[in-house]
Amino acid sequence: MTTRWFGERVQRVEDDRLLRGHGRFTDDINENGERALESVLVRSPFAHARIRSIDVIAARAMPGVVAVFTAADLPFGHTDLPILIPHPNLTHGRTQRCLASEVVRYVGEAVAFIVAESRSIAEDAAELVQVDYELLPVVITPESAARADHLVHDDVPGNVAAEMIQEAGAVQSALAASPHRKRLHFRFERGAASPMEARAVWARWSTAEHRLTVYDSTQSPTSIRGGLAVLFGLPESNVDVIAPDVGGGFGPKIMLFYPDELLVPFAAMKLGRPVKWTEDRQEHFTAVNQERGQVHEVEVGYDSDGKLLALDVDFVHDAGAYTPYGIILPIITAAQVPGPYRVPNYRVRFRDVYTNATPTSPYRGAGRPHACFVMERTLDAVAAELGLERAEVRRRNLIQPDQFPYEVGVAWQDGNRVVYDSGNYPALLEKALTNLGPRPAGDQVGMGLGMYVEGTGVGPYEGAHVQVLVSGKVVAATGIPSQGQAHATVWAQIVADQLGVDVADVEVTSGDTRRFPWGVGTFASRGAVTAGNAMAVAAGMVAEKAKHIVADHLEVDAADLELVGGKVQVKGSPDRGMPLAAVAVLANPVRYAFGGGSEAATQFTARARPGPPLHEGEQPGLEATGYYSPPGSTWAAGCHAAYVRVDPKTFRLEILKYVVIHDCGRVINPLVVEGQIEGGVAQGIGGAFYERLAYDDEGQLRNASFMEFLMPYATEIPTIEIDHIETPSPLNPLGIKGAGEAGVIPVGAVLASAIEEALGIPITEMPLSPLKLFELSRPS
Amino acid sequence: MPRGCDSGRVKPPPFEYHAPITVDEACALLGSLEDAKVLAGGQSLVPLLNFRLARPAHLVDINRISGLDRIYERDGGVAVQALARQAAVEDSDLVMRACPLVSAAVRLVAHRVIRNRGTICGSLAHADPASELPAVLLALGGHVVARSTRGERVIKAEQLFQGVMETALEPDELLVEAWFPASPAPFAIVEESRRHGDFALAGVVRAADRLALFGVAPTPVLADPRDPAKGLQPSGDLEASPEFRLHLVRVMTEKAFAA
Amino acid sequence: MKVNGAVHPPPVDPRRLLSDHLRHDLGLTGTHVGCEHGVCGCCTVLLDGAPVRSCLMLAVQAEGHDVTTIEGLAADGEALHPVQQAFHECHGLQCGFCTPGFVMSVVGLLEQHPNPTAEQVDEGISGNLCRCTGYASIRRAVVRAAELSKQ
Repeated sequence: MTTRWFGERVQRVEDDRLLRGHGRFTDDINENGERALESVLVRSPFAHARIRSIDVIAARAMPGVVAVFTAADLPFGHTDLPILIPHPNLTHGRTQRCLASEVVRYVGEAVAFIVAESRSIAEDAAELVQVDYELLPVVITPESAARADHLVHDDVPGNVAAEMIQEAGAVQSALAASPHRKRLHFRFERGAASPMEARAVWARWSTAEHRLTVYDSTQSPTSIRGGLAVLFGLPESNVDVIAPDVGGGFGPKIMLFYPDELLVPFAAMKLGRPVKWTEDRQEHFTAVNQERGQVHEVEVGYDSDGKLLALDVDFVHDAGAYTPYGIILPIITAAQVPGPYRVPNYRVRFRDVYTNATPTSPYRGAGRPHACFVMERTLDAVAAELGLERAEVRRRNLIQPDQFPYEVGVAWQDGNRVVYDSGNYPALLEKALTNLGPRPAGDQVGMGLGMYVEGTGVGPYEGAHVQVLVSGKVVAATGIPSQGQAHATVWAQIVADQLGVDVADVEVTSGDTRRFPWGVGTFASRGAVTAGNAMAVAAGMVAEKAKHIVADHLEVDAADLELVGGKVQVKGSPDRGMPLAAVAVLANPVRYAFGGGSEAATQFTARARPGPPLHEGEQPGLEATGYYSPPGSTWAAGCHAAYVRVDPKTFRLEILKYVVIHDCGRVINPLVVEGQIEGGVAQGIGGAFYERLAYDDEGQLRNASFMEFLMPYATEIPTIEIDHIETPSPLNPLGIKGAGEAGVIPVGAVLASAIEEALGIPITEMPLSPLKLFELSRPS
Repeated sequence: MPRGCDSGRVKPPPFEYHAPITVDEACALLGSLEDAKVLAGGQSLVPLLNFRLARPAHLVDINRISGLDRIYERDGGVAVQALARQAAVEDSDLVMRACPLVSAAVRLVAHRVIRNRGTICGSLAHADPASELPAVLLALGGHVVARSTRGERVIKAEQLFQGVMETALEPDELLVEAWFPASPAPFAIVEESRRHGDFALAGVVRAADRLALFGVAPTPVLADPRDPAKGLQPSGDLEASPEFRLHLVRVMTEKAFAA
Repeated sequence: MKVNGAVHPPPVDPRRLLSDHLRHDLGLTGTHVGCEHGVCGCCTVLLDGAPVRSCLMLAVQAEGHDVTTIEGLAADGEALHPVQQAFHECHGLQCGFCTPGFVMSVVGLLEQHPNPTAEQVDEGISGNLCRCTGYASIRRAVVRAAELSKQ
């Protein structure tokens, strides 16, 4: 195996197509020139209401309208959508139905589905749908939900979907014995991922082939396929789900079985024509899952050196109106609060509470930004109380390099315990401080610091298929899709190394169940670890097979062979070998030659070895399918540091310098990892200072447009400096850790810390804005 | 702006489309049609159509009228006709020389790509309280020229802006030209916005010792530089409370008059 | 109207947006739709050489004008336009959804400022949203594109 590609800044194979405008995003799909019917979802404008009646007669009668569906028109109209990740503590999990017919519980909940010849007509018809709503009281903040001012679900007491308490050590007694104690309160408002491509689904049913084909801008085509097969009573093998080009995911697209994902295929099957649905931006704001709403009560006990003795965290997580994603988010927060620090006694309790808002599920970071904020701000508070440097307090509490594997004492989101596999946290801190450099001159300058640990690479598994074609080119496939993370390039690097070929000669397909039907999905910074290692396994098997074929053919030992430059050759002897293309031919014993060198594999030409042409257990072709199932998560880590200036009059934020030191184990493609970090930091800055989801007391989202949901432009995002260290993971053969979410995790904490220092006012909430800083800085 | 809504709305509602090729034809249409809106740059109107917040029965697209895009000197100031794009004004040496305050202001309007289509006159007719150009017109004491089948009239800046997105233009009038007097010195335009190119939370325009404010009242307003917040009752929204707006007005006035 | 040099009739329905006309009537799906209210820039095309938001124009308004979309920058099989090439070299795209809009905006920017200062670069790309890259690589791509354009 060469290591020619691993670790290299390989330019992306995906780019040419995308740059020429030949990307295929779901709304672009127009298979066979068959114009699909277009559709619109009619959604509730109220956060909580009983539906007395739905009148679609006028809508159905409009010329150009092909069908209008309500729950009554669906065979699955009274089936609750699945809870994707059940958990024993989720005692009162609730999910919605495809189309509501009795109660709506958030603005945006779907009520009717209109299919028409064009989107314009469908929108015209939507205006004719009359729904008689009887308004019900609304709870919108986690605090009011936890107080149970009103109930979101009549049969869920106190609005509590789940409660979970974990304790490592003995927190109460440790707090009582602590020389110093402090209580802190933190509050996080909801945020949204807002990928540039909203969601879309396209479906076709072929009666002749009894086959359902679905294009879906999703992060898990294999799961969608499984669900559709079950729902429609089809064999899985008759359902194809493809995630074509996806314009960003960031989490909301790993929420599965949005109503349209069932309605569009259903309509295609019922109406006998392809049907498509493309979400619009305004709709996206309330239709697509959100995240980030939590409220924390913290008590920390520490000694006079700033060493943590005990940490008690009690938080409420805003689930939204339903809990389709289970309690993964608060589990992650609970698990990640300790971060890279030794917390000898840690207790964490959470309640997952219902509110009359869009359901929540992971958005890049997925509960970790909150955990990081809580721990980092707590350490800052300890530093302030004791008059110590913030960096020094961290130094005194960091887990040391010789303490791995390190058991934290709480549960992880994959059902295992949290055990950090490797890392060098002190080195991250020192390097960040070095790279940050001296404080710039001037007033109102603050420094921010934030460290994090990130559990990545969760299972259950991923798989890959790798094949060398008789042309010598290589094709590979995996079940997980890409949303811009350069999977095709990165997998090609791994395969190219195993097979000794050029990256340009490896073509990767991902997220297409027709090419690879098994897999889990792209989320939780797991793609490189799981699919990457699966690619290495499969390609490694192909390499071994190639060696054995050549060993037989040349009568040498397989151990003496190497794959280099597109050939299988005796180590160091390029003249004693065979091109991979030829090996691919020999791998498939044929009776009938078909050109392309295949005559070499025919029965009178091929070198005989004892036994049948295919020995027992052998398969034809130079191909293999391999899987990787991680024994546990691998733990990436990082440190961010920044200098900011806050204008004392306008409260405008200026980021003067922002440095990132990250550790994601061995790096496959630094260009890609840096891009992920730059993008993550930008999302973190957006989420900390520009974006918010402004719900009013009636559960109306007041800023559901890009004019008022302020995603940062280039002028708001500085160029950051990135450096890295590598502590390989002992858990997987490639030694890699995940990197997709790292950039966003500590940004809020870093900015809060810096702004607090710059302005001299305590910052305990997210997001911030000039208005918020103005209000916080006024004497109350 | 739209709130979390009951259904997807991103395609314009039905309307009758008219594309006159002369000003007289345009005025005749505006004079005879019920519920017609003028489409010039479209950068403000088309989003409203897409969201179905504007539902005019008729759209009168004036973009095919030739000879209505001039920028020229008149009466010691600069006249900008209805179809002069904001980008053309931005690039105009004439405007830079004769009325540099307008040059400075137009650079603050949204982004270049919007300015490639948006028009100065359209911005004045749209009369968004947070936009720059109405306040500039007011600070300079300029006027607009409105034409209809009934004739032509001049509307001074002080009379033009009546309320939030409301002007003194009659439904059958077409705003054919805006006139900006020469910029006196010193001049300044200072605004605070959340992101580059966004509508301002608030802003001030200084033309010598005249001060006009935007984003703090239903229309742009003249104010006393020594007490700019006097008498103001700005509205509050997600990014600025009334108090914050008043605070910003004081801060920006100080900055504008510091030079 | 002319689109990428080829003459096409305008749509029948005046309420058809230029973005939808390009994508669904002419099959040029390289121009993307991100918001339909003029903020994100994914739909940016060139109208007579200047960048405009195609979601804020009615297709009928393009009659008599020259529209250039991303597909018109480099013919199939031909080398990439310098701006496209620069984005590739600098990893200026990840998911690719905002990319055509950025590329067309940058083509317009370099037309206006062939040697843009850092401020002009930021100003020039500040009307397009990207959620993936964090913009740093796009800044580098603009500078690189200016270099390549001179060669």
